[in-house]
Amino acid sequence: MENVEYSTACSRAYAQGRKPSFQDIILTLSDYWARQGCVILQPYDTEVGAGTLHPATTLRALGDKPWKAAYVQPSRRPKDGRYGENPNRLGHYYQYQVILKPNPPNLQELYLNSLYEIGIDPKLHDIRFVEDDWENPTVGAWGLGWEVWCDGMEVSQFTYFQQVGGFDCKPVSGELTYGLERLTMYVQGVENIYDIDFNGNGVTYGDVFHENEVEQSTFNFEYSNVEILERWFKDAETQCNILLEAKLPLPAFDWALKASHLFNLMDARGVVSPTERQSFIARVRDLAKGSAAAWIDKIGMSKQEELKAGDK
Amino acid sequence: MSQFLLEIFSEEIPARFQKRASEDLAKMVKEGLEKAGVNVGEITNFVAPRRLGICIESLPNETPDVSEEKKGPKVGAPQPAIDGFIRSAGISSIEEAKIVSDPKKGDFYVVEIVKKGAKTTDIIKELVPSIVRNFPWQKSMRWGEGTLRWVRPLHSILCLFGGEIVDFEIDGIKSGNVTRGHRFHAPEDFTVTDFADYQEKTRAAHVLIDREERKKSIMSQAQKLCADNNLELIEDIGLLEEVCGLVDEPFVILGQMDEAFLDLPPEVIRLTLRINQKYFVVNSKATGKLAPYFIVVSNVNAADGGTAIAHGNARVLSARLNDARYFWDLDRKTTLEARVPKLDKIVFHQKIGSIGDKVKRVVELAGELSPIVGADVDLAKRAALLCKADLVTEMVGEFPELQGVMGRYYANNDQETLDVANAIAEHYKPVGPSDYVPTNPVSIAVALADKFDTLVSFFAIGEKPTGSGDPYALRRAALGIIRIILENKIRLPLKTRVSYELQSFFIDRLKVFLKDEGLEYDVIDAVFAGADDDIYRITQKVKTLSEFLKTEEGKTLLEGYKRATNILKAEEKKGALDGTFVASAQYLELNAEKALFSAINNTKAALAVSLNNEDYVGAMKTFTLLRDPIFDFLDNVLVNDSDENKRKNRLALLCDLRQMMSQVADFECIRG
Repeated sequence: MENVEYSTACSRAYAQGRKPSFQDIILTLSDYWARQGCVILQPYDTEVGAGTLHPATTLRALGDKPWKAAYVQPSRRPKDGRYGENPNRLGHYYQYQVILKPNPPNLQELYLNSLYEIGIDPKLHDIRFVEDDWENPTVGAWGLGWEVWCDGMEVSQFTYFQQVGGFDCKPVSGELTYGLERLTMYVQGVENIYDIDFNGNGVTYGDVFHENEVEQSTFNFEYSNVEILERWFKDAETQCNILLEAKLPLPAFDWALKASHLFNLMDARGVVSPTERQSFIARVRDLAKGSAAAWIDKIGMSKQEELKAGDK
Repeated sequence: MSQFLLEIFSEEIPARFQKRASEDLAKMVKEGLEKAGVNVGEITNFVAPRRLGICIESLPNETPDVSEEKKGPKVGAPQPAIDGFIRSAGISSIEEAKIVSDPKKGDFYVVEIVKKGAKTTDIIKELVPSIVRNFPWQKSMRWGEGTLRWVRPLHSILCLFGGEIVDFEIDGIKSGNVTRGHRFHAPEDFTVTDFADYQEKTRAAHVLIDREERKKSIMSQAQKLCADNNLELIEDIGLLEEVCGLVDEPFVILGQMDEAFLDLPPEVIRLTLRINQKYFVVNSKATGKLAPYFIVVSNVNAADGGTAIAHGNARVLSARLNDARYFWDLDRKTTLEARVPKLDKIVFHQKIGSIGDKVKRVVELAGELSPIVGADVDLAKRAALLCKADLVTEMVGEFPELQGVMGRYYANNDQETLDVANAIAEHYKPVGPSDYVPTNPVSIAVALADKFDTLVSFFAIGEKPTGSGDPYALRRAALGIIRIILENKIRLPLKTRVSYELQSFFIDRLKVFLKDEGLEYDVIDAVFAGADDDIYRITQKVKTLSEFLKTEEGKTLLEGYKRATNILKAEEKKGALDGTFVASAQYLELNAEKALFSAINNTKAALAVSLNNEDYVGAMKTFTLLRDPIFDFLDNVLVNDSDENKRKNRLALLCDLRQMMSQVADFECIRG
């Protein structure tokens, strides 16, 4: 394990005799991955269910150009909202997302070093790579990898992308997703998300987000208007198809994401029957796959590779 | 002779694939070498999270030359044929070929071709890359810019023959003599000379390459921790198989959880420990109940003795159990009854309808079945109404395995009666052949109703099990019904419940069940030849008859029966059997036929009583009374008398006999 030669937000926190704050961890991860040559991006400005859906991952995983990026992504999962009452669940939370294309051969070591920098010593803690194959049917993506466990807690998802949008990933991207709240709870030793020390200066996660969880849960479960959502879903679908027709994959993908989020909202209301559910997922997948195909056309992935992908 | 050592080193192999992969590697190496003519003795295979390997102690250094005779054309064959043979046999002129005489075909050319043996190293050099490229992983992947597939990125291949590196390259990975130890305890590379050296160095580098050794180590460490703390380890073979694939060198740690969690249902705690956290469960030796401890198998021998790891795991467990407690508290705020309407929104099957629809049918059916199984109608209907309501609780949403079990807890919480609460938990039973069968009448009513409804519904939409597939576990449902009926001695004519098609399905399942119980096929067929549709009665008949046929009386009676019916069959074949003729005393002449006539008439009534009481032991005893008269008759009476009435009378006697015995089974089916 390399020595930490750099002063980071986390190392400064430890030097001050306190545990790193939520933002210390974010800053340290960004600092670390910037040193690995990543582009440090900002969150994508539309609602997504996971950091993978940021176009910097979904679309950039396609094609043969090298790409390294890292960013925080707020993730919305309306169904997981618990009115701010559950100490471990949120309808809105943060993921730290890293994508490296092609995956470097020492990606596991790079990842473990990042944990070391935020204060997890693998000789004191039990870090395990436990099989977990990742799949996201709404964007036609899958990969193999692990959940990374630290003393029995899943702190990250580690995936080697095999396909995105139904296309083979060549080269393969390595994707790391850190669950920031969990990781921070672990590092800080707190039992309740809302007790997380946000800034090392008296502000807790609850101060920042508790009211948001309560109100958004109320909206998600009680006040979201299914008729409106359905209408918007149709509109988003129409808009996306217009953009696909115009060969504009980036805005098309935005509208695919919007459709996906609208579906998640409807799903949270519990009004989507399993049959309808399948059909909504298929419609979103068509939009996402269409965007991926249009993107590939733009970046000029060779036709041969596309054909191969089509065989699968 | 030289030693062959191979190790394929990769990123963490999923635990569930390791054992199989290790066996596959050994098999592929053995088969590959043998196919190339190398004799393989014993092969050792080993596997740890990041490596698969094999060692063969002694392999010949080369394969022997093999000579083979190549047969050519006849002597005097046309020139083109001879030229072609010269070319294909690799000789310069036909003079080099031998001439062999064959008595039938005459003289023809033969060339002895010697295939030079190969060096084993060269064989391995070809074999290993081909194994790597064709390895039967259930799931495999690409990585980086390469095209090679392996279960996870492959980093190095150690391949030694007689201590020398067998040189090859696969997709940029060069074989060598280097490997690595434990990820954290011994991250540096090291070189290896042979298997002894490999074993020594990997062990020193904190890797136990033998799966069995890791398992033993986990068990003995866990047992010791338990003994020291007055705990009892709940053995869990499935979990042991999994965790031994997650560690290079196991360090077993005892963790402690907050005792306050023990007020959660123990099923919830156990499941959280085993499924979510991969911990072993421990009971208190003093009380025999779940103890507030857990056993975690760690991959790290931490400097602090595992304190931080134990503490970390305890916190993770607390979070999980807090989650469970949140569900538990929240769930108990809503009664099961209030949840029932929500079931209308959950699809049971697209063509069948919602779970709510199913519940409505099960309520009706449980009500109808109640008098038959001795259950209180109102309680059975109540239990049926609530039996699926826990599916829409948070806890079952999180742990689907707890369906039924949580329902019972919540029913108790709602002050439902004990019978109702138990029926909610037990109506899924029996889940498998070794699972227990409910005995409480209310549970029986709901369990039967639920399973009958499932079978009837799926058969109605044409979803029947096929030879290969039974996605809705309909065979299990039918077997469940059969076991409930038999173990509780329930009388339920199938005809009144199910279609003809489904009856046959049940009969087939019952046949399989009885055969699994060790009963003979022919006896089963004999009883099934009757039109009986009562599972309990059929089974009683099969069992009693089977016992009877093992006795001397049974065996001889069967013999007598066969002789008697052979006569009848011969007549039937000729079309000469008058089925309307009734045996009558007036045509009796010989003592033996008189005796049989009176034996049949004297036992008819007794048999009827026995059958009426379903006393098959009694029925068999009655049959026994017929045995001597039958033999007496067969030995002393000539059926084909010239007097037509006497002949018909004697045949009618035998018909009577056959008819009597057929009331129990078709003895014709039984092998003599």
